[in-house]
Amino acid sequence: MSISRRQFLKIAGASAIVGLGGISAIDILQRGQFEASQVSKDPKALVGKRWAMVIDVKRLDEETMKRCRDVCHRIHNVPDIDKPKEEIKWIWKEDFEHAFPGQEHEYMGEDIKQLPLLVLCNQCDNPACVRVCPTKATFKREDGIVMMDMHRCIGCRFCMAACPFGARSFNWRDPRPFIKKENPEFPTRMKGVVEKCTFCYERLAIGQRPACVEESKGALIFGDLEDPNSEVSKILRSKYTIRRKSELGTRPSVYYIT
Amino acid sequence: MLETALKGSRRYWSWVIFLLAIIGVGFISYLYQFRVGLGITGMSRDVSWGLYIGQFTFLVGVAASAVTIVLPYYLHNYKKYGRIAILGEFVAVASVTMCMLFIFVDMGQPLRVLNVLLHPSPRSVMFFDMVVLSGYLLLNILCGWYVLGAERKGVPPAAWIKPFIIIAICWAPSIHIVTAFLYQGLPGRHYWLTAIMAAKFLSSAFAAGPSLLIVISLILRKFTRFDPGWEAIQTMAKTACYFLIVTLAFYCFEVFTAFYSSIPGHMHPIKYLFVGIHGHTKLVPVMWLCTALATVALPILIIPQARRNESALGFAAVATFLCLWLEKGISLVVGGFVPNPFERVFEYWPTVPEALITLGVWGIGFFVLTILYKVTISVKEEVVFDKYGEKQVQTE
Repeated sequence: MSISRRQFLKIAGASAIVGLGGISAIDILQRGQFEASQVSKDPKALVGKRWAMVIDVKRLDEETMKRCRDVCHRIHNVPDIDKPKEEIKWIWKEDFEHAFPGQEHEYMGEDIKQLPLLVLCNQCDNPACVRVCPTKATFKREDGIVMMDMHRCIGCRFCMAACPFGARSFNWRDPRPFIKKENPEFPTRMKGVVEKCTFCYERLAIGQRPACVEESKGALIFGDLEDPNSEVSKILRSKYTIRRKSELGTRPSVYYIT
Repeated sequence: MLETALKGSRRYWSWVIFLLAIIGVGFISYLYQFRVGLGITGMSRDVSWGLYIGQFTFLVGVAASAVTIVLPYYLHNYKKYGRIAILGEFVAVASVTMCMLFIFVDMGQPLRVLNVLLHPSPRSVMFFDMVVLSGYLLLNILCGWYVLGAERKGVPPAAWIKPFIIIAICWAPSIHIVTAFLYQGLPGRHYWLTAIMAAKFLSSAFAAGPSLLIVISLILRKFTRFDPGWEAIQTMAKTACYFLIVTLAFYCFEVFTAFYSSIPGHMHPIKYLFVGIHGHTKLVPVMWLCTALATVALPILIIPQARRNESALGFAAVATFLCLWLEKGISLVVGGFVPNPFERVFEYWPTVPEALITLGVWGIGFFVLTILYKVTISVKEEVVFDKYGEKQVQTE
């Protein structure tokens, strides 16, 4: 069968109108028919207005820090890539001197300079990474958690340039071969997307505290800053705490007692 | 008009085939990157942008610099630019094309590129950059192509094009200002966090762009019958000269602010770039080469006798372009990431596949430029006289 260009255009145009019109007609007549039904919240879920963490550095020892890191990386399928260039990390050990640059001085004892502590995403209240993301793949939830949608991320790495804490990692290649034992409960990532700590949003949703907090033997304290009776609020009221690079105005939600 | 690009001398075709070969090598390298991921580049967790974003930044400037030709011609009726305004516009088209490709090859998930449109985020500078770059590309294709078509027909361009030309003139600086905002609005990257960034971007662009056009004009004079005009070349040299001085001054302002205030975070990147930190010195030769190139180019551009010498001018233009390419195309990006947020130094150097992909994108840019220029020159050679009745074709 042969059709002229004119006929072809007519048929194509008509089909497009019918096709698009049909979808909108159904959408108008039976609104909501095609939307996924909302999954109701687990009644046990931990609910907060602004989640935060206090890290009591004195109570951290090498073994605790290793356990915190290991559990996080294990349950979140964080690949174990040995090359520093392509390393992916959500929570890791850092020393005081490098976690708090500018706070050290030449008369400080080596033991203080090298005081080990844990660093992770600060879940900033005014996050630069969220501001710069061109696709809203990273966004702030109502409870203050800075989240990542790894299916939307285009891998432009603007967020990595914007984060003043070096908290974000990029999948420079397929991470899956580097995962020792995959946790089927949590998604793995693909190459070309950015990832970071998400304060264990998946655990909060079922009423559990973040995994590192559970493993920390009380060195990491987690809670809601908007709740004056939460443990974190009480600590912040009564003890001297510091935050990393607070002068930059990102308002980190991770506090340190040194 | 495009058909004129299909007829050419042996030399023209050799050049086209040469470019296609480079593009081919770049494309094969890109397939490798596409399969394995950005791990094949020299970029890392700590220096997460590199050569690609550097080229993008530099080329946005080259694209914007078309305004240094188009503005004097259209707003001040500077007749000597009548013949070459189109050269500037087509350099902008080729440059923006390269910019977009450099962003594309830098993406971890290139197939999701449309997410930028599907989820528009007006708070992100990158979203605006995409908007202004696409707009600028369209404006330059429209204005350049239409005005050239009118010249071919021997009629003055219709009045409706004029508003688009004016918009393009206003639009040009915006693309580079927005690109500077990508950098200068980030907390904690001391090398970038400076209000003078946008100004420095514009000034270095307005030195690099005219330098490129000088080199192109000298090549066209030598290898084609079209004459861009010696006086036009001299005026571009003066533009490049003034803006090179301004750029160097701006850089000195940065150095003064960092070192007189003695704020460590501000001094570190500059120290890293010029003398290295803790024995990490990969970019030191780059910065000193950059300095040396500026030092030789500047006197030639300033001293009238030297500037009027064709070979000396050609050399100075190449040196200026190269100098600013090293500064903006490489060191600017890396300087923002070193030292890292933990005040540790992790260095960056591009890998071979990364360099080949970069070369491939430049190849595409020059291919686009070659085709557009071939059309332009064919038209000019056919028309013989420019708009003002002066001969724009050299006699054999």
